[in-house]
Amino acid sequence: MFKDVAFGQYYPVNSPVHRLDARVKLLLTIMFVVSIFFIQTYFGFMLTAAVLLITILLARLPILSVLKSVRGILLIVAITAIINLFFIKEGDVLVQSGAIVITKTGVHTTIKMVLRLVLLISGASLLSLTTTPVQLADGLESLMAPLKLVKVPVRDIAMIMSIALRFIPTLFEETNKIIAAQKARGAGFDTGGLLSRVKAMLPVLIPLFVNSFRRADELAFAMDARCYNATDKRTKMKKAKLGFGDLIATLFIAGYFVVILLERYYFPTVDINIDGAIFGGLL
Amino acid sequence: MSAIEISNLNFVYSKKTPNEKQALKNINLSVEEGAFLGLVGATGSGKSTLIQHLNGLIKPQDKKRMSVVVNGMSATDRKNLKKLRFEVGMVFQYPEYQLFEDTVAKDVAFGPKNMKLDKEEIDRRVRRALEVVGLDYDKFASRSPFDLSGGEKRRVAIAGVIAMQPKILVLDEPVAGLDPIGRREILALVKKLQKEVSPTVIIVSHNMDDMAQLADRIVALKDGEIIADGTPKQVFCNRNLIKEAGLDLPTATSLADMLIARGVELPRDIVTMEELAKELGASLRKKRSQAVADDNDETKIGEDADGGFYAESYDEDVEVEGVEVNGVEVNGVEDPDGEDEDV
Repeated sequence: MFKDVAFGQYYPVNSPVHRLDARVKLLLTIMFVVSIFFIQTYFGFMLTAAVLLITILLARLPILSVLKSVRGILLIVAITAIINLFFIKEGDVLVQSGAIVITKTGVHTTIKMVLRLVLLISGASLLSLTTTPVQLADGLESLMAPLKLVKVPVRDIAMIMSIALRFIPTLFEETNKIIAAQKARGAGFDTGGLLSRVKAMLPVLIPLFVNSFRRADELAFAMDARCYNATDKRTKMKKAKLGFGDLIATLFIAGYFVVILLERYYFPTVDINIDGAIFGGLL
Repeated sequence: MSAIEISNLNFVYSKKTPNEKQALKNINLSVEEGAFLGLVGATGSGKSTLIQHLNGLIKPQDKKRMSVVVNGMSATDRKNLKKLRFEVGMVFQYPEYQLFEDTVAKDVAFGPKNMKLDKEEIDRRVRRALEVVGLDYDKFASRSPFDLSGGEKRRVAIAGVIAMQPKILVLDEPVAGLDPIGRREILALVKKLQKEVSPTVIIVSHNMDDMAQLADRIVALKDGEIIADGTPKQVFCNRNLIKEAGLDLPTATSLADMLIARGVELPRDIVTMEELAKELGASLRKKRSQAVADDNDETKIGEDADGGFYAESYDEDVEVEGVEVNGVEVNGVEDPDGEDEDV
């Protein structure tokens, strides 16, 4: 069993955040991500970081596991930062040597851009850290239900998603097994140039594909044997129910969203001056 | 010289996460060259993790305190890795799922090719390997491995390992999913391979009958620890231990137990069907000659003998029900000397 939960990001602990309804979590994550794009001020970023931190603590996740997901976009963050830093030419000039011009506005924009990306990814990763893939697929199915009216095969899409998710660990395990078996026959996967490395993967990929087709075939038979699609209305074994925690979470994030909007449109001048901290040495 | 020398081996999966699991606990094991060792244990007892240490697929987590030495080569040393892989032929569970080439000959040649042998030697080895596993070279060499039957595929996969001519052969559940004929053939093949190719064989299996018959040494794992190590007789006759390890007794042993429970005189250390047949034959012969002797003693064979016979059979019927309802109970409860048998 422990292999099943070990895959992907899901961090298996029992917490109020883990117990939230997947649909609520999905919607609140979207709300959180949208709100990040409204933020213009350092005050807004601080507030967002605080909300994120509270959620992480409530979810009983180690901060490191959240930051790990940021690692994946480090390159994008770095490139964005460099572009912003060197190509914004407005505002007070801080450094100028030859073609390189760094301005105050440029530094501010860069910091804000980095903060935005890091908060965005951390917020989104909270969803996958606290929700199992199956819950997520069920949640999506439920949220997409209205699309049935325009003849979108929501049920089939959800089934395809569930099956795909269900087989990720299986395929992962199988890949490892095949790699081990080929290694045992002396295959090397980490030597030689690109072409020889791609070639070295063939002894893994071919059996993997062959086995996947075989498994898909078996699964189709098994589903047929249990009359999949014979009835139009299928019921769920675990029916998700909204609870008190969902209400609290919604109020919490919605409240945060409102503050961000108010801050942006009614009090745009309220901000923390961090110029001293950043430019202290330069000015 | 021992072929395999393992000391203080521990292994932990997913270290420092909530999924942490200790797969091996303080394993010390030495396997003599020429041994036929059966590795038994319930699912998740650490058998697969243990065997993957033998050819460096899994490396010891602490190089200082633990050591795995195979034919004098340390498995912790990166330099030895390639050589180790060729020295220890590993046949995984369902090895047919690893076939990938478009012809049988090419697939079998994969290992020898990785050994960087010259072409003629590769050809020779492929021929020989196919021959040993009982596949006609001319008939099978150019066929696609995916068109073969299940048993044939498995033979091809085993040939792929044999072609490297490993000194030690490790097989993980080699007969899983095969029909009775396929099982018998593969097991006979393993015996043959030990004689002709790889003198030392380690076989992982859930089938205690096969193990009792084939192996000359049994090592039982439970939750990553070695809980028994000895001859099949020593291990399988320790009924409490086998039960504790979550294993079955060999069919012959449990059948013998049932017969003993019903008053048949049999020794308690039977592990194979051959032994059981022999001992049962001897026991029956003894009874018959006794009966003949009794007949000669008493000239009147009247009601007494008959009545006694029926009464006895009635008693037996009652006991049969007990046996059928709870077969394990017979082993556990009616086994006063089970604990005395040390391993």
